[in-house]
Amino acid sequence: MAEITLDQIIQPENLVYTKSRIMTDTVLHYCPGCGHGTAHRLLAEVIEELDLQADTIGVAPVGCSVLMYNYMDVDMQEAAHGRAPALATAIKRLMPEKFVFTYQGDGDLAAIGTAETIHACNRGENITILFINNGIYGMTGGQMAPTTLPDMKASTCPYGRDVRMMGNPLKITDIVATLPGSYYVTRQSVHTPGNVRKAKKAIRKAVEYQKRNQGTCFVEIVSNCNSGWKMTPADANQWLEENMLPFYPLGDLKVPEE
Amino acid sequence: MAKVRGAIVVDTERCKGCELCVGACPTDVIGMEEEVNSKGYHYAYMKNPEACTGCVNCAIICPDGVISVYRVKTS
Ligand SMILES: Cc1ncc(C[n+]2csc(CCOP(=O)(O)OP(=O)(O)O)c2C)c(N)n1
Ligand code: SF4
Ligand code: SF4
Ligand code: SF4
Repeated sequence: MAEITLDQIIQPENLVYTKSRIMTDTVLHYCPGCGHGTAHRLLAEVIEELDLQADTIGVAPVGCSVLMYNYMDVDMQEAAHGRAPALATAIKRLMPEKFVFTYQGDGDLAAIGTAETIHACNRGENITILFINNGIYGMTGGQMAPTTLPDMKASTCPYGRDVRMMGNPLKITDIVATLPGSYYVTRQSVHTPGNVRKAKKAIRKAVEYQKRNQGTCFVEIVSNCNSGWKMTPADANQWLEENMLPFYPLGDLKVPEE
Repeated sequence: MAKVRGAIVVDTERCKGCELCVGACPTDVIGMEEEVNSKGYHYAYMKNPEACTGCVNCAIICPDGVISVYRVKTS
């Protein structure tokens, strides 16, 4: 039989993957290779698959993903820096039938927003929190974050984080898992295709579980800030695997008792 | 013998040349074009199209969601 041509393969009926229609056509402003785009897309795919577009209200953070509402075709609110869980609490309490999520970086969620994070999760608010941990303040120029690893370089610790002077990194996801109000807590990454598939499954659970009204669902996604880390995207993902993951191991920290 | 053939279509204007798709492809299909798009980025293309199996690895790692994947079974 004659070899099949590319034109024969590239036909609508053979399409197996394309960007979710929940993602708008606006070009993402993120640096090339930044994991924020991948994380947005996974959430968009889950919202599309679960047919939640009209029932979703998201809360965008301050940080590189501040413009998230331009990229996802769902209702969104913008919170002040770190306050997304407080705003999401209000939205969900007023509209309990909606799927309500926050999307926050580590500076937003684990520095200025620590109180909001801990108390929303401890109250067991029925919201879903997506936490993008790139170990740095990306938007403002790569300053040290609470999540910056020991000895990791950042613009405000150019010789590496000295924990005796600058304190220890905060594993806020581990803390959230100990709180009685959290229902599902997991740590994932998007630096390889296999990890992207696993992260999507976890996000899907964190979205579906909200219907159970049992407490806060919390998904950490360890991601790269290749600009802040001053590496190519591929090197940044390799560095993430070798340095971030030993300190922030992947997997579920709290799963519902079935 | 049934064989799976795939193909990708890259939205070249939106590709940012990050090269993550290149490393994610198990069969070394993807290369970076010498030409650049209007933003100045080298964009991804199939340098070795016969080897594509349509596994979608490249599309799901692409942060900008610019890759569409097609797949057929041939006999
Ligand atoms: C009240 C207030 N304080 C400080 C800032 C400055 N600021 C903007 S983004 C940011 C940190 C962002 O880091 P992160 O949350 O880790 O997100 P990333 O940019 O890395 O995605 C800070 C401190 C601000 N906008 N508002
Ligand atoms: S600065 Fe870092 S977190 Fe922000 S878009 Fe660039 S790579 Fe992503
Ligand atoms: S679909 Fe799979 S085989 Fe084809 S180019 Fe993408 S990663 Fe490579
Ligand atoms: S992963 Fe996407 S943006 Fe990056 S080079 Fe490949 S097609 Fe372009």
